[in-house]
Amino acid sequence: MTAATEGTRLATVGQASGVSRWLRRLPLHAFVIVLMIIWLIPTIGLFVNSFRTPQDAASSGWWTALFPPEALSFDNYAYVLNRQGIAPAFLNSLLIAIPSTVIPVMVAAFAGYAFAWMKFPLRNVLFLAVVGLLVVPLQTTFIPLLQLFRPLGWNGEFIAVWLAHTGYGLPFAVYLLRNFMGELPREVFESADIDGAGWATKFFRLALPMTIPAIAALAIFQFLFTWNDLLVAFVFIGASRPDNLPMTVLVANLVQSTGGGSQYLAAAAFLTMVVPLIVFLFLQRYFVRGLTGGAVKG
Amino acid sequence: MDPRLTAALVNAAVAVVGVPAALVGYILLVEQILKALPDRLQPRVRPWLWLLPAFAFLAVFLIYPTIQTIARSFQNRAGTEFVGLANYEWFFGNNDAFSSLINSGIWVVLLPLITVGLGLLIAVIVDRVRYESTAKSVIFLPLAISATAAGVIWFFMFLWVPPGQPQVGTLNGALGVFGAGPLAFLQVSDWKFNTVMLILVMAWMWTGFAMVIISAAYKGISRELLEAARVDGANEVQVFRAIVWPLLLPTMAVITTTMIITALKTFDLVYVMTGGQFDTSVIAFEMIQQFSFGRADRSAAVAVILFLAIIPVMAFQIRQFRRQEAIR
Repeated sequence: MTAATEGTRLATVGQASGVSRWLRRLPLHAFVIVLMIIWLIPTIGLFVNSFRTPQDAASSGWWTALFPPEALSFDNYAYVLNRQGIAPAFLNSLLIAIPSTVIPVMVAAFAGYAFAWMKFPLRNVLFLAVVGLLVVPLQTTFIPLLQLFRPLGWNGEFIAVWLAHTGYGLPFAVYLLRNFMGELPREVFESADIDGAGWATKFFRLALPMTIPAIAALAIFQFLFTWNDLLVAFVFIGASRPDNLPMTVLVANLVQSTGGGSQYLAAAAFLTMVVPLIVFLFLQRYFVRGLTGGAVKG
Repeated sequence: MDPRLTAALVNAAVAVVGVPAALVGYILLVEQILKALPDRLQPRVRPWLWLLPAFAFLAVFLIYPTIQTIARSFQNRAGTEFVGLANYEWFFGNNDAFSSLINSGIWVVLLPLITVGLGLLIAVIVDRVRYESTAKSVIFLPLAISATAAGVIWFFMFLWVPPGQPQVGTLNGALGVFGAGPLAFLQVSDWKFNTVMLILVMAWMWTGFAMVIISAAYKGISRELLEAARVDGANEVQVFRAIVWPLLLPTMAVITTTMIITALKTFDLVYVMTGGQFDTSVIAFEMIQQFSFGRADRSAAVAVILFLAIIPVMAFQIRQFRRQEAIR
């Protein structure tokens, strides 16, 4: 909140004394704080349980572990990392998410630039068609793509997931980058024209550097989407190459096969959250900008 | 290093370094080829060559498969014969399949209602406290994690053990404090209760999304306008109804369509939390279910039904989008 808006709000409150103002605002604070607690409790519960021994977790609720403090340990984490195949799956998740982010962002940058700055017939119609593809459910593409990949031997391989994610991510990526590139100042490109710069130079030297905020937002968005994805990996890697599966599928299968009874589930689930949480905490600003840029103008 | 890991790293290096290099190379090559063309022709050809990679991906990974799936939904199990609407008749005639449609209907109504409603409420209220950004981060956080992780988190919330033993699930523990429960969440088929529970988990994930976008739009409303109304004697409710609500409406419409699509596409959470049991299946789950039963024909029909359900939402979104373009 800016100081200015706080100032006007104080002015409307008038000269009320600090205490009565605080009392009047008590329900407001209570509401916000209760809301924050409700939102945090599920994650805190999982977090606490991930450090408890299986016996403790099965015999009492996680909240009893805090008062009085129970013996907590990293044993569950050590176990899932060493024994449950979580460590290679962590690597797989990275190997899936990084190319699945880099390829669509680059392809979309070319297309966004063309849509924003080149003139050609049917430009708006084609752009609308691309936006329209935004809501094609992934589900409608699975069966034909599996058939298409089979003769190539791609099912079960990372490349199937990379290419599929690229296709699925493109409509939003083109939409976002075209909108952002369209707002770039015309004068910059015109003076480059006068200097005799070609389209490739204008793209790599001007348009791309100026689009970095949007590209950062998009890359974070796409990375989280592909890192968190269960469905695409489940379909294209599936059971044919269990050693290529990402963490999401591994943890989901752990729930399915043990009916949630695995003692190490909490630790395994928390490990899948580490990367998204780091990305979120450090790059939240860009992430939010990407979301709001996609839905509201400005 | 084991050979599998080496192969994977080589693959990744190819995709992270090789593919971008190839794409940059493609653009440079395109410009070289264009130079060879007559000047008059260059601006006509150039856009299509820049768009080619994107259009190729969209054609191969979205358009072609969608057409194929539609065709497949009219064929028999082996894909050898045309069977008309048989797969659709199965869907609407089969209790389990039809119940997934009903459940998806509940998702489509409740998820946007809860997320947009709560998102609006929170956006307007946290605007009045100084720790707004912290509060918003907390609400927004679950969006960053996977539905799989969210499923496990809420598994521990919903955990149920037979009465008499200590309840280790958070919700049943809390109910126990009030002498109520325990409730067997996601354990027994009960009138739509389980589906509503899953929707609440999804709302926990997505309310932050609605809140962040509504909040951005809310902050875009001129403070002078709001102050002027207050000075003129309007109370907070009147200010909200006369100014805030109408100005936020277009934004909320867009989020509502996004949430409807999210609700229709829901698969992960159902797969992780119940595996479609206890009357919680939805159409996106049913589609995968039929596919794993080896019924590509039925699976395709369910996918087409999902697509048909999304088309009106898509039409609305495109109209909304064109309206924005007109303002631009």
